[in-house]
Amino acid sequence: MNSFTLTQAAAVDEAVRDFAGHAGAAYLGGGTNLIDLMKENVSRPAHLTSLGHLPLSDITGLPDGGLRLGALATNADTAWHPEVEARYPLLSQTILAGATPQLRNMATNGGNLLQRTRCYYFYDLATPCNKREPGSGCSAIGGQNRVCGVLGTSASCIATHPSDLCVALAALEAVVRVQGPRGERTIKFADFHRLPGNQPELDNTLQPGELVTAIDLPAQGYAKNFTYLKLRDRASYAFALVSVAVGLEMDGNTIKTARFALGGVAHKPWRDPAAEKMLEGQTASPDLFRQVATKVFAEAKGYGVNSFKIELGKRAIVRALEQASEMDQAIDSNAFLNSNP
Amino acid sequence: MSTSYAQGPLAPPAGALAPTQPVTLRINGEDHTLQIAPWTTLLDALREYLDLTGTKKGCDHGQCGSCTVLADGKRINACLALATVYQGRQITTIEGLGGEDNLSPLQQAFIDHDAFQCGYCTPGQICSAQGLLNEGRAKTADEVRELMSGNLCRCGAYTNILSAVMEVLHDGQVVVDNGTLVTIPMQPISANSAA
Amino acid sequence: MSQTIATPPTVRLDSDVIGKPISRPEGPAKVSGAAKYAAEYNVPNLWYGYIVDSPIVKGKITKIDASAVLALPGVQQVFSHENVPSFAWFDRSYKDDVAPGGSPFRPLHEPEILFSQQPVALVVAETFELARYAASILRIEYAVDEDFNTDLDKARAAGKGFDAPKGKTGFLPPPKPKGDAEKAFQAAAHKIEGEYVHHAQHHNPMEMFATTVEWLGDGKKLKIYDKTQGAPNVQQYISKIFGLGKDEARVISKYTGGGFGSGLRPQHQVFLAVMASLELEHSVRVSLTRQQMFSLGHRPHTIQDVKLSSDDQGCLQSIEHNAFAETSQYENETETVVNWSGILYKSDNSKFAYELAKIDVDTPADMRAPGAATGSFAIESAIDELSYKAGVDPLEFRLLNYTYTDPTEDKPFSSKRLIDCYHEGAKRFGWDQRNPEPRSTREGNLLVGWGMGSGCWDASMQKAAAKASLSADGQLTVSSATNDQGAGTYVIMTQVAAQTLGLPIEQVKFNLGDTDFPVAPIQGGSWTAASVGSAVQAVCQEIGKKLLKLAQRMENSPLEGIDFEDVQFADGHIRANEDITRTVAIAEVLAASGEAKVEAESSAQPNPINTMKYSMHSHNAAFVEVKVDEDLGTIHVTRVVNAVAAGRILNPKTARSQVLGGTVWGISMALMEEAYLDNNLGRYMNHNYSEYHIPVNADIHKIDVIFVEEEDDLVNPLGVKGVGEIGMLGVAAAIANAVYHATGKRVRDLPLTIDKLL
Repeated sequence: MNSFTLTQAAAVDEAVRDFAGHAGAAYLGGGTNLIDLMKENVSRPAHLTSLGHLPLSDITGLPDGGLRLGALATNADTAWHPEVEARYPLLSQTILAGATPQLRNMATNGGNLLQRTRCYYFYDLATPCNKREPGSGCSAIGGQNRVCGVLGTSASCIATHPSDLCVALAALEAVVRVQGPRGERTIKFADFHRLPGNQPELDNTLQPGELVTAIDLPAQGYAKNFTYLKLRDRASYAFALVSVAVGLEMDGNTIKTARFALGGVAHKPWRDPAAEKMLEGQTASPDLFRQVATKVFAEAKGYGVNSFKIELGKRAIVRALEQASEMDQAIDSNAFLNSNP
Repeated sequence: MSTSYAQGPLAPPAGALAPTQPVTLRINGEDHTLQIAPWTTLLDALREYLDLTGTKKGCDHGQCGSCTVLADGKRINACLALATVYQGRQITTIEGLGGEDNLSPLQQAFIDHDAFQCGYCTPGQICSAQGLLNEGRAKTADEVRELMSGNLCRCGAYTNILSAVMEVLHDGQVVVDNGTLVTIPMQPISANSAA
Repeated sequence: MSQTIATPPTVRLDSDVIGKPISRPEGPAKVSGAAKYAAEYNVPNLWYGYIVDSPIVKGKITKIDASAVLALPGVQQVFSHENVPSFAWFDRSYKDDVAPGGSPFRPLHEPEILFSQQPVALVVAETFELARYAASILRIEYAVDEDFNTDLDKARAAGKGFDAPKGKTGFLPPPKPKGDAEKAFQAAAHKIEGEYVHHAQHHNPMEMFATTVEWLGDGKKLKIYDKTQGAPNVQQYISKIFGLGKDEARVISKYTGGGFGSGLRPQHQVFLAVMASLELEHSVRVSLTRQQMFSLGHRPHTIQDVKLSSDDQGCLQSIEHNAFAETSQYENETETVVNWSGILYKSDNSKFAYELAKIDVDTPADMRAPGAATGSFAIESAIDELSYKAGVDPLEFRLLNYTYTDPTEDKPFSSKRLIDCYHEGAKRFGWDQRNPEPRSTREGNLLVGWGMGSGCWDASMQKAAAKASLSADGQLTVSSATNDQGAGTYVIMTQVAAQTLGLPIEQVKFNLGDTDFPVAPIQGGSWTAASVGSAVQAVCQEIGKKLLKLAQRMENSPLEGIDFEDVQFADGHIRANEDITRTVAIAEVLAASGEAKVEAESSAQPNPINTMKYSMHSHNAAFVEVKVDEDLGTIHVTRVVNAVAAGRILNPKTARSQVLGGTVWGISMALMEEAYLDNNLGRYMNHNYSEYHIPVNADIHKIDVIFVEEEDDLVNPLGVKGVGEIGMLGVAAAIANAVYHATGKRVRDLPLTIDKLL
């Protein structure tokens, strides 16, 4: 970890100014990923603008019936917030499937969006990695790429975004509110993270100095038919190999609206609007779900070790859609659906 | 020999090291003022500056839970917390839960159920279990298993940890024996069975 | 100091301390955070060392530029091969008690790089944070040698295997062949042939390796707080290398946060910390990072080929078991891998082989049940496969091929109650309800499978010593330089001492982990209970003899003329066996003697006649239920019954914990553990706790432990066999077998991760 100075900002504009006033600055939220990366020398900020004192921890209703999640509300407070549990149980369940109680008590919603890949090579300075050091090469291609992606990859990077929360936010079509040196703006969730292309060093579309201030959820929370299916190497405290967040609006056996996103397979939470369209207006059936799953992975590319994710991803989609379509009432978000036999 | 490799700084070293400054932490109800730089984590502040070594370092990256302490009653990983940022918070460490001569119910239950072997993850397990009690979310054995999964135990004492936490969670009325929930009757059935 | 050759118990062990589920005396210290581990002795004026490790796997350091580092205020020194003085010259000075054959790695000795993550420099600074930062800006240039290989399969294909040489303590070469295994295999009614694989696994104890060296400012005198499984081994290593006398290098290890084999050999942080302390004449602490914990040895990647055959009834006709394992370029780490197949089953025809190949990794190391966990996975899977071929229930198959003598050495067992493990385990598990047909049991989306496996482990004993002191107020203190990495040494030794002298357990204190105490072996091999326990018993008997003499010097002594063999110690009294009214309180004896204390030192070692005549082993049988989601490839181990025969159980509470832990290790080996080696870079890539998976609480469900009755007067004076390793055996195979029973799919390549079931 390198040496750095630190400022505790008290207001958003103060934080933005403080960041702009320091070369090599980074924003510090809950620290659960940034401090880790700093100890690995992957991140070496010269200055930290600490956000802990900003008034961004509230979760409040929006006039359109949606819900605003403060960027600094912790993952735990969000998952266990009564409004979230009641109206967005998918989000609650997804958050609880990630990390640990300790990490969820520290990690913020804004920070979760900005967590970096878990690709082994990104974390290890001894190895080439285009995301960490552009132009150095991708060791994961042809290497140990169990945690890497199969969709939307590029010749320079096959890293995945590791978040659970973001997979649900993608399915829920959240909107990210940011503030930066040039003022405030909103970013549709689908546009927030990006694919690696030739610039894998960029995880998202934030401009330098921009700060996530809130995440807005639309009114539709799919509280009746939803699921978050997470497949991982142990029952808890592991990143997803493949995960699927599904929200459905059902009319009897007919799917009116379908939204789903995948984690663990791409550089961003993976949405496939055309596949969602295939579901809408159709009767829920395993056959249909298989067709949809096949469509999603039609362009997938495996890299040896991780090639299993293509088949696993298809099966996960089918299972998640089955679970979500069969469900007709909100379940207790405190149930541990995926982890227990 | 075909290539060379240079290991070293990615960017030129900072001109000067960030200065130390006084940082006041409220730990186990007492204020402690340290002279530290921003790069000192809460975990290192406890272990290296305050000799509160009950909080353990098992990975230093938030991947094991050995460093679990309570901040305002909520469990966190002290290794990922910068000390300076935690000024003004009420920090409780294992030493604050109970000493050798005044063990808390959780600490006693861990001994009774042999819920540790090497003992290194134990303070973190106990602080985590205290956080679990404070949260009030877990009731069943499966819920406790899941919500105690932020603490690795390489000795593999998990079933005994579960038993210890269940006993305290249900006020001594419930234990888990070999993974099976057993409800203890409120009153002994007869005087003879009381032992 | 007297010495006792192990004999059958002379002290009755049936009273109220041994065999009772007594809680660990160190429990309050551990649960309150008061127990101090190696990196927690905050001695005055401490400096911190931070290790820089090699990013390359093979090559040579060409340049080290420490100028920027040394310019930082507070940095004291940067050590590397360029400025570390030469210490001892010969390899033998670097060989510890359990070093394998070869040339031990010497940290910072030469510019050559032998393995990835090799320590190449140590930065010492006034704070931990500064040392860590300084280490990150140290510039080192390397000439990379691309001609390396870390791929065991490639080494095997290239014919690089060689017969594992002797040289390591405890290593048994493969048993001699019997009959004609190949011919019998060809002729047999049923046969199977399989290749069983596991990859490198890392010990990853929770406590990271660390050493705090306290510079006592008095000549070269050091107090070395080290994470180790054996303080005397570390002392011997340090003394030889640095030329220090026993009183100059005191090694202390009161608490060890797990080891599982990684702490058997002195690790490089202790060398570096001592070196820095001596050079700088200052107290120094060196702690490894979790990432650096992947450069300290590992369970070696091993490929096993097993061929078994039986007649139409299921009686084994041949056993062939070959193992091919990795070792480093500089040492030959050997394990006893294939012998277990020969010890567990009888067959007239058998053939074994064990080969090593050198690859560019750090030397593998013993890891919980070394060799046996490996061999047991292969043989117990293969037995299961053959039982299906023969149409015989897997338990029945094992009973059919049960052996009452050790076929590898043609010796009787000192005791073997494996058959009770089978019967009692099966009964508790409900094995008789098992539908033999694979894929026959469903529970919703899940397939349910039942499988079993068994194992054996050496019941060995090493020479050990202890001293004891009984004070006038009746407090007994017993001390030995043994270790407690969580095994329960503190409590069982307290029990043995209390029992031997008939004292209340509260009046007994057992000390360990200090080289100022009499020498004891490293804690490994499940031998501590037998070795140190016998020494503790012996020294307490010495105290007893002295007490009896003092009692007999009392006026009108009721014990006059009675031999030691004819008295017993109980309830704080000495009594004549023949007439328990002839008694005197120990407190009275001490008061009358005028002595402030009674002291003794003694040792115990194995009875060479018994060890020559008998094969001595602990045994177990594990029964497992799995639930498999076939579509998604997930496996949950929902129930385990682990039945163990390990002689006398000194403390069922802590012994059960050992077996629970072993079972969790078996689950972990079966389902999760693998260090992912990138053969392009020669480096383990998941070198952290996040990506190297071990079970969490949610992975572990019901585990039932049974200790079957087993009396053994031959194995050692206490009749104990140790329980550290045995619980792990058979579990991984039982899981793989249960997965086969559930799904009809046989996986021979551990771990059984999701992808392998798709």
